[in-house]
Amino acid sequence: MNKEELKLNKYEKLGLKIGLEIHQQLDSSKLFCECPSKLVDEYDYEIVRGLRPTQSELGDVDRAAVEEAQKKLRFKYQVTENNCLVETDEEPPHEPNKNAVNAVLMFSKMVNAKIVDEIYFMRKIVIDGSNTSGFQRTALIAVDGKIDDVKIQTVCLEEDAARKISEENGFVVYRLDRLGIPLIEIATAPDIKTPEQAKEVAEKIGTMLRATKKVKRGIGTIRQDLNVSIKDGARVEIKGVQDLKSIPDVVEKEISRQLRLIEIKNKLNERKAKISHEIFDITMIFEKTECKIIKTMLEKNGKVLGIKLNGLSGLLGDGENRFGKELAGRVKAAGLKGLFHSDELPNFPASKTHKSMQLVNWEVCPNYGITENEVEEIRKNMKLDVNDAFVIVVEKDNIARNGLNIILSRAEECIKGVPEEVRRALPDNTTEYMRPMPGAARMYPETDIPPVRVKKEEIDKIKLPELFDEKIKRFVEAYKISFESAKQLVAQGYDEMFEGFVKKYEPKIVSRVFLNIIPEIEKEEKDVSRIDEKMLDEVFNALKNGRFAKEGLTAVLCSMLTSNIGVEEAIKNTGLGGLSEKEVESVIEKILEEKKEFVKEKGKNAFAPLMGLVMKKLRGKADGKIISSILKRKIKEMVSE
Amino acid sequence: MRAEVLIKKFKAEYGDEIELLTEKNYTKLSNIEFQHKISTEKLSVAEFTGVLMPSHNDIITLKLKNGYNIGVKIDEKTKIVVVKKKEKKIGMLRNIKHLKGKPVISLISTGGTIASYVDYRTGAVHPALTAEELAFSVPELTEKYNVKAKVLFSILSEDMKSEYWRKLAKETASELNSGADAIIIPHGTDTMGYTSAALSFMLKNLTGPVILVGSQRSSDRPSSDASMNLLSAASLSESDIGEVVAVMHGETSDTYSLIHRGTRVRKMHSSRRDAFKSINEKPIGKIDENITFFQDYRKRNKGKTEVNDKIEEKVALIYFYPGLTPEFFDYAVKNNKGLVIAGTGLGHVSSDLIEIIRNAKIPIVMSSQCLNGRVNMNVYSTGRDLLNAGAIPGEDMLPETAFVKLMYVLGQTKKMEEIRKMMTENMVGEISSRTAID
Repeated sequence: MNKEELKLNKYEKLGLKIGLEIHQQLDSSKLFCECPSKLVDEYDYEIVRGLRPTQSELGDVDRAAVEEAQKKLRFKYQVTENNCLVETDEEPPHEPNKNAVNAVLMFSKMVNAKIVDEIYFMRKIVIDGSNTSGFQRTALIAVDGKIDDVKIQTVCLEEDAARKISEENGFVVYRLDRLGIPLIEIATAPDIKTPEQAKEVAEKIGTMLRATKKVKRGIGTIRQDLNVSIKDGARVEIKGVQDLKSIPDVVEKEISRQLRLIEIKNKLNERKAKISHEIFDITMIFEKTECKIIKTMLEKNGKVLGIKLNGLSGLLGDGENRFGKELAGRVKAAGLKGLFHSDELPNFPASKTHKSMQLVNWEVCPNYGITENEVEEIRKNMKLDVNDAFVIVVEKDNIARNGLNIILSRAEECIKGVPEEVRRALPDNTTEYMRPMPGAARMYPETDIPPVRVKKEEIDKIKLPELFDEKIKRFVEAYKISFESAKQLVAQGYDEMFEGFVKKYEPKIVSRVFLNIIPEIEKEEKDVSRIDEKMLDEVFNALKNGRFAKEGLTAVLCSMLTSNIGVEEAIKNTGLGGLSEKEVESVIEKILEEKKEFVKEKGKNAFAPLMGLVMKKLRGKADGKIISSILKRKIKEMVSE
Repeated sequence: MRAEVLIKKFKAEYGDEIELLTEKNYTKLSNIEFQHKISTEKLSVAEFTGVLMPSHNDIITLKLKNGYNIGVKIDEKTKIVVVKKKEKKIGMLRNIKHLKGKPVISLISTGGTIASYVDYRTGAVHPALTAEELAFSVPELTEKYNVKAKVLFSILSEDMKSEYWRKLAKETASELNSGADAIIIPHGTDTMGYTSAALSFMLKNLTGPVILVGSQRSSDRPSSDASMNLLSAASLSESDIGEVVAVMHGETSDTYSLIHRGTRVRKMHSSRRDAFKSINEKPIGKIDENITFFQDYRKRNKGKTEVNDKIEEKVALIYFYPGLTPEFFDYAVKNNKGLVIAGTGLGHVSSDLIEIIRNAKIPIVMSSQCLNGRVNMNVYSTGRDLLNAGAIPGEDMLPETAFVKLMYVLGQTKKMEEIRKMMTENMVGEISSRTAID
């Protein structure tokens, strides 16, 4: 077996299954109103709203919705110039944007998916506040597509959520500029078998999307979510993986997290652990505490409440995938600032990490100073056995109880193994808990939007875009540029401008401007975003008409940018005004005259050293080819004199 | 092939889980070679499994397992296989205890989007029919108050008629007289102002507040304004107010509700939460954690609430516009027993209509399209001519309130002089003799 096969074998044994969910912003105005799909730095005013979970007739509330409601958060929405009544949930949605619908139809056709005959927008309940309405509007447009041997389960069109700005005093603050931007959502089946393959498929989907030319470019316009599961583990959705390169690492880290949870489960089963639901009020233990965190909270009428986690001692705090971190993630989601647990407090029998003396979570506070005595008191109060762990939180009574109940239910889950949940990818490629996996009850029809009929003729009319591989091949053949140049032009999105220019100008020069000259200018920290098609056309035209030589391209463009002037003025300013052949001849003649002896001595071989000398004087003022041919001729003439 | 025919043919019903088989020409690809392409032309059988939803034309609507609805075109070859018959609905059970010492609220539902809940299987929105169901959508209501609920009718706001007002008035009085501390009337927002005006005139000596409440976002949405409006309305049961009022959002934020007098309230926006405004007077008060009153209001009466539901239904409300023809106007005059005109500015109509008004045997009341402000027909000659012709100035009444009041007044008397007097004098807060500057 070679290395690749060995690897494959390893993941096969783990029962690794990966599915991808790609969200890409489409290049149109918003999906259900005519607001521009642009993010802005400022907002005009704020509005305050609350959301409530809705209940189905069967009495089952969506579990994700309930959990959000437990947080009892209210939301502040920053309304920007790119918002209207639709995003503030004060006006019904308008009809879906046609360009956005067409983009999704095109992609669906590209992956050979079955397109539905009538599109229904649905309301997907999301009450974390990211949608002012409490739901996200989403429509399934196609199913059962394929990319290589990975099945594309669904292709959807949906609206982007509001941007989370901050959390403050029980409010979550969102900005509404992003809300309503159309997104294509592509979900693959869990057909992906290795972390590396996940990256490759994501890359491929990315290139195909860009090939449609109907998607937004740039940071934040594409988001990747992963679904990862292993044998005996569970399906975990990881949201917001930053870039393609980190996909394999995120998967690897999720595998180890799940393996660790399985290990904890096995240990707990050995210990026959059970979770009791009693909450202990142990405020009196801390009446004279030196712990700053607790002291401050007690002054604000907070309480110290604790729970007993039977059999969990030693399992909360060691190893990279500490279970304490799992718990902390849950309470953070519930609006609690932090927790203390026994594995990280001093002198508890099973404690191994007390030296580190750290809070287990995001808030590092090295001097929290809970004493041995206090720990001992807690143990007595809760009647802890040697295998038992405890968690304490200090907060206002109701918040603390809410948090501890959440920890208890998480602890209960750990006896069963890995819980299905939604997690958020962090910059170090680990993940943190976001919310439980949404149930199926969270969608119902958006009655404000009439169904959209998709006619077969319309689908037939959609012309499929040229895929990047094909385009690269064609560029190499048609324009005689290198494979690498062609690839770069396509990858960097210059392909359309390139094809426009090569109708009139030399392909090699056009390609060089895009791939070398512009990056060179950018390196000098000039604002190359101001270089547009019109500006380049002026430059290419002047070059073609011999107004300056191609060696002067960088200088001319630079001058145009810095002084904000036209090409003629730039040529003048740089002193690169092209010389006529006669002028070139006279410059060369002058140099040859000076080096007459040298030429006579070396003959033809004088060319190379002299060319350097000539170019020093003439660079950018005349075409190199012309210079060299004149120089050759003149040397020949001189030698034969 | 029509959807209902096919559904019948295969003995399927909405709500059944079905498999839908259609032959389809799916893959007609262009000549560009896709790497992942399967074939250039292929006839495949599309199979979809899902719950059969109400369908129309030649489209079958399916709810897929993933929650999405999709529409699939059908033809003669389409087949339906019923996989699982729909399950019977399980009723909601929730015990509601009587809370000692807490106010009794009678909830009389008329329909509208408030107090409804959604069937997530079909997406249909149903009105909450019982207190139990209502408790389900706004649990706090039954935690703080003793709520009795009944559905008097279930109609859309725009289908409201004067006979419903009478029924509602009687029911309201009867509930108050049998011990309710407050009446909450969930109502569609479009005609809520008409109903609140009608109840204001018909109900006398109120022993508690009669609160109309609506929602601008249906209550199946997490962002609905229904629950806040309902809870604000319910809090009035603990106050001493005894008037017909409407309680709705005060601003676009979910921060406070406003109490509007029933004869002064008007829907001023087609979709915003804070669409309801008091016109020509300040709102009675504001409700957030507390109730703050901005002006005087009538207190609860001791004794019994009375109803006077005699009204004349043949009254019309006409919106004047440039070019309104005398023929059209004359028809309205001849076919009604009273007329309210929403005139221009201070209370004008084209001079072409003045002769018709002079000859009319019915009361014609003038109000203003400006809504804000009072009619004054002494300023311009047209106004003076209208007054001479017998038009009754409607003071600072809203056109809709003037319309409802005229119906009520005509139910009380047919004598023109009495009608004129009643229409120009304040009865239940619909007219004020002075308007303060805001």
